[in-house]
Amino acid sequence: MKNSLGKEIPESIEGLGKLIPYTGAWGLQDRLDEVKLVPVPAKARKPHYDKTCANLEEAIKKSQPFNGMCVSFHHHLRGGDQLIIQAMEIFKKLGIKDICIASSSLTTAHDCLVPFVLDGTITKIFSSGIRGELGRTVSEGALPNPIVIHSHGGRARAIKEGRIKIDIAILAAAAADNEGNATGQHGPSAFGSMGYGMIDAQYAKNTIIVTDNMVEFPCVPASVPAHYVDFVTEIETIGDAKKIAGGTTRITKAPLDLKIAKMAADAIIATDYFKNGISFQVGAGGASLAVAKYIRKAMIEKEVQGSFLLGGVTSVCTDMLEEGLFKSIFDVQGFDAAVSSSLLNNPKHIEISSDQYASPMNSGAMTNKIDVVALGALEVDTDFNVNVITSSTGDIMGASGGHSDTAAGANLSIVVAPSFRGRLPIIVDKVMTVVTPGESVDLVVTERGICVNPLRKDLEKQLKEAGLWVRDIKELAKEVEEIVGKPAHVATTDKIIGVVEYRDGSIIDVIRQPKK
Amino acid sequence: MKKTKEFKRRSMLYIPGNNPAMLQQGGVYGADSLLLDLEDAVALNQKDAARTLVANMLQHNKYYDAELSVRVNHIDTPFGLADLEEIVPLQPHTIRFPKCETIEQLDKVLSIVEEIENKHNLPHNEMGIHAMIETALGVMNVYDIAGHSSRVDAITIGGQDLTSDMKVAAGKDGIGIDYARKRIVMAAKAHRIDVMDTVFADVDDDEGLRKETEYIKKIGFTGKAVINPRQIDIVHEVYIPSEKDVAKAMRIYQAYLKNKAAGIGVFAVDKKMVDKPVVERAMTTLSLADIDLNSIEY
Repeated sequence: MKNSLGKEIPESIEGLGKLIPYTGAWGLQDRLDEVKLVPVPAKARKPHYDKTCANLEEAIKKSQPFNGMCVSFHHHLRGGDQLIIQAMEIFKKLGIKDICIASSSLTTAHDCLVPFVLDGTITKIFSSGIRGELGRTVSEGALPNPIVIHSHGGRARAIKEGRIKIDIAILAAAAADNEGNATGQHGPSAFGSMGYGMIDAQYAKNTIIVTDNMVEFPCVPASVPAHYVDFVTEIETIGDAKKIAGGTTRITKAPLDLKIAKMAADAIIATDYFKNGISFQVGAGGASLAVAKYIRKAMIEKEVQGSFLLGGVTSVCTDMLEEGLFKSIFDVQGFDAAVSSSLLNNPKHIEISSDQYASPMNSGAMTNKIDVVALGALEVDTDFNVNVITSSTGDIMGASGGHSDTAAGANLSIVVAPSFRGRLPIIVDKVMTVVTPGESVDLVVTERGICVNPLRKDLEKQLKEAGLWVRDIKELAKEVEEIVGKPAHVATTDKIIGVVEYRDGSIIDVIRQPKK
Repeated sequence: MKKTKEFKRRSMLYIPGNNPAMLQQGGVYGADSLLLDLEDAVALNQKDAARTLVANMLQHNKYYDAELSVRVNHIDTPFGLADLEEIVPLQPHTIRFPKCETIEQLDKVLSIVEEIENKHNLPHNEMGIHAMIETALGVMNVYDIAGHSSRVDAITIGGQDLTSDMKVAAGKDGIGIDYARKRIVMAAKAHRIDVMDTVFADVDDDEGLRKETEYIKKIGFTGKAVINPRQIDIVHEVYIPSEKDVAKAMRIYQAYLKNKAAGIGVFAVDKKMVDKPVVERAMTTLSLADIDLNSIEY
């Protein structure tokens, strides 16, 4: 069957069941009556039950692991995470196989999982993204089941719908007490918000809090409260918080990225959204993060005070909060360890769950309230569809993150990207994999001009009136092709190695195995 | 194609002629002027390759609205003539002639350029010449150089070579080249041509660049050369007039138009006398703010 973007989608996939084709960014509204949510698991512990375990192995054993189960993790430690590997080594030692990993995302820190994929310990992955060697291994078809790519909001929805049914949630905490009250906000491995782990703690049959910083009861704040937690254990280290800030979370010094960021900021300033009360989010990645730098400057110069920042929080955001440029931050994830102290000490810096952040299936996530978001891209096509997941060789090497969530919710969603990288065109006729549909992307800002979605004539008028360089995206794609040529089509086999779930649970695209 | 004198020259971005990536992307950064460099940025063993690359880029790459200038090697080097023979037929907006010290040297370059243009049936009045003053002798002769030919529509100061020639430190305070700067500016102003300042070498010192640009703007430079695209916006920010200055210039220019229609030459705006020089300053301010003077009504 074909979805509304013309992508060929199978009716069903073994292990995933029947698939729902994507019908539009708000297709969920039409089938809401058919949606059934699952209850949180029934739990009843006896009084003064001791949750503490001598080590992670004991906690895992008490959680009664079994072949074919689903284990969840969060990725707040990003490139510094060391918990997943420790847990997997224990599962392997216990002889548990056929595990489904449901991590809020996977980074290059998880290349160490490759042997577990190859030996059948891991046979299914749900994640927002996947990179490095693990991405290459999955792209080579090493998993018997396709990886399912969720957006952050889509993951929260999938857990509430029971499409991700978590048997054991193993959640890293920078501090925790013996009852399981846990937080990422303080301790030697402080990573900030624990937003991606909150819903796991609530919906998992067994929730294990793992910390390297056991504190006296009560651990405050309780980002994950004790009444969701079954077991607590202390290990030597959950990871290296210094590695949270990777290449995608630093403000670039690259002139081209800065140029694009400046153009995006100029575009934002030219619209009606740049006024007192503006709310704003920038994604990770060189140019998109740098947009915040220019917006900050413009807000100071034009004496604009914003309402809230959302994200994906860096120290650029916390600086703007301290300066009074924004009144609050809603924080689902810290992009560098330095933001932890702001979250801990500033009451206007508010920790939120991925459900509250971006789920399409509640009474209004924060992404529904956002004015402006600036996002990155691996490819954008002339219908404004965005690929943030597959590389030019067809390998899975990116992350969906909150891309489609924020693009759908924001009044002004901006994709910032160079028009080409090296010899690879970024503005193309058709993206290889659609993660965010063009209907929810308003502007594409490149170093060679700003393309306005034809659905937004109002924006086109405002940008042109401001004297900005507005271009037709088809004309830009043609110019890019003239510069770098047209790359050969990536040939694929029929084997589906990845399924891209849109935030509402429908299938926006599938990823077929590239021929090598 | 714009004529060379129609360009704003607040910023001029140096691009090494042997760097394909920078040559390819040079047009997207918003510099008013681009200097594709065959001279000091290119190692001796890469001169031929750079010449070919720059020639190809001039023909095939998009530089959008930027002024294109090519800095050739000095005519007394083994590369200068070959550079001119390759580049002049392509007629970039200007050729930059480095280490110009005397009008005799300038004459030599002009005659070679015109000979090449004749060979290719090209006019002599399209492509401009920028004379670069980089030695003490050049500084002393700059008035003659600046006024020697109608093709010379800008002069520039090369701070690095000049401090080397003067045997003084190339400090951030610019003391060593301060006299040269002012003498070169005055020569340019006397002949009503543009004058560009030298580069600011520390690409991570934004505040230092801003201060230096504010200074050179005050003493009369039309603009400044930059070596990193990140420096362009800072230079432009200094040169873009403030909203207050633009508003004042607008009041003056509108009053001028109104009084001109009534045959009045001297009048008052904001209780201050306005005469021709004040009107001319207002027109410069409005032009720097990208306001079309023809669109202004009174």
